Amino acid sequence: MLQVAATKRLGAFTLDARFELPTPGVVALFGRSGCGKSTLINVIAGLLDADSGRVALDDVVLLDTGQHIDVPPERRRIGYVFQESRLFPHFDVAGNLRYAARRAGSPRFVGFDLVVDLLDLKLLMKRRAHQLSGGERQRVAIGRALLSQPRLLLLDEPLASLDTSRREEVLPYLEILRDQLAIPMVYVSHNFDEVLRLATHLVLMECGSTTAQGGIGEMSLNPGVRAIIGAEAVGAIVEGTVLGTDVASGLTRVGVGGGELKVPAAAAAAGAKLRVQLLARDLIVATREPQHLSVRNILTGVVTAVTGDEGDADLIAIDIGGTIIMARVTRAATRELKLTAGLRVWALVKAVSLRSHFTRVPR
Amino acid sequence: MTLSLSANESEALYLSLSVAARSLLLSLPFAILLAWVLTRRQFLGRTILDALVHLPLVLPPVVVGYVLLLLFGTRGPIGSWLLRGFGVELIFTRNGAALATAVMSFPLMVRAMRISLENVDRGLEDAARTLGAGALDRFATITLPLMLPGVLAGAITAFSAALGEFGAVITFVSNIPGETRTLPLALYAALQTPGGDHAAARLAVISIALGFAGLLLSEWFARRVRGWLGR
Repeated sequence: MLQVAATKRLGAFTLDARFELPTPGVVALFGRSGCGKSTLINVIAGLLDADSGRVALDDVVLLDTGQHIDVPPERRRIGYVFQESRLFPHFDVAGNLRYAARRAGSPRFVGFDLVVDLLDLKLLMKRRAHQLSGGERQRVAIGRALLSQPRLLLLDEPLASLDTSRREEVLPYLEILRDQLAIPMVYVSHNFDEVLRLATHLVLMECGSTTAQGGIGEMSLNPGVRAIIGAEAVGAIVEGTVLGTDVASGLTRVGVGGGELKVPAAAAAAGAKLRVQLLARDLIVATREPQHLSVRNILTGVVTAVTGDEGDADLIAIDIGGTIIMARVTRAATRELKLTAGLRVWALVKAVSLRSHFTRVPR
Repeated sequence: MTLSLSANESEALYLSLSVAARSLLLSLPFAILLAWVLTRRQFLGRTILDALVHLPLVLPPVVVGYVLLLLFGTRGPIGSWLLRGFGVELIFTRNGAALATAVMSFPLMVRAMRISLENVDRGLEDAARTLGAGALDRFATITLPLMLPGVLAGAITAFSAALGEFGAVITFVSNIPGETRTLPLALYAALQTPGGDHAAARLAVISIALGFAGLLLSEWFARRVRGWLGR
């Protein structure tokens, strides 16, 4: 368990944050630019002094202003991947990695060769930072942070300075770290796609304060999160289990809540965990069981809430057997279909509009 | 005019180089320390310390030599202590000449280093810190290597200035052949001697050649270091 609480005044800005993360897990600090995400992780790293605060990882207390405990950053054993990579320009890649390895504390849980392997650094070892692409630089920075044998890894928008195609040079590696090393991570981002792929938990930050937190599925429905990602990107993120492959269509069958979705996904063995994003704008709501449709996915459930959304639209929350999904419909449709809490409905979504990511969600 | 140097000329040249080298060795560690303190530390009296370091730049060198004489002379507070405690005599010696040139060239050295230090990305030091590097470790492995262009520029400028220092040296340690008579002092002595024009001209040529070589060497060094730092 990672416990963080911090207050800090910086001119007119006030940080007042508090969150907890079950470990191992990946928590996304999510919010608009300038809402204090970087300030908060600098407090966690110890690079910034908090006015008051507490940082504890399992039973190790790293900061407790009440008890005058303040472990200096060089002894916190917290890895930090900065937005601008911050590779040492006077060392080559191997030198940067060795710099961390030489100063690492024990126990050592990740070896030099393993890091080089996991992050595909072998061919880069002799290069200097200025001879690397942005994506390569970040991979080296991640490897360097890992070789300091950290008990926690902080990532401050590590992909923000990369364009979309370069992000794909780094994201899969971060997924590998999460799944294979089980190292707790705090991931700062304002990009919901990255959060969707990496995080198990989400902490929402607004104007210097942590305003909501929880599992990624629950938080995908949070109004504050919805306001940041915009109406077009709003949608439930549901965790599912692969049931098998639908022979006729070639789609992967995924058990979600009490129902089943057919999803275009890479072939996976039954039992694999999958995270599926159901965009609210892609969902169709019916009040009678639909027939004779091309739609592959029909989930049944009960409306739990109807909330007004921007424009002339409503967001309909539907419980599909313990899991909530969300549909965006026009206000006129809400009226005509008399959508209210407690009504039994069918939710339809085209298989091709679903996006899914494999996860190994830590329990 | 022969191209080979006379005994007096090579003695003056050797003395100049020897005094400048001693002066450099003496002032380099202090200059690095002061550059760091003045750039990175906030403390009471920082402005005064800064002014004190720069004072030799704006004072007539004779004044510096005179103050050194008061402090480091055999009856001066520091000079008598050095003589009694360590048997070190500065007045009328080449070590004294080195001290005088060190004080005179010190501000130039500190200035060059400060500019370089201000350009060192403190984010890199923070990164080293999160990787487990303590304060001295960070300074030795990150800060110092990255400010090396400034250290080199400062050292070369100071060395060149030390070769040419005249006023403070002649005031503090006088003009003693074989001990404190460096190139500029030898040149001055030649000009004071009837019929010494020819000798003076030769010494001037040597000084010019030396300065020119120094400038070329410093440019070459700077390029090497920039390449090494990947810039």
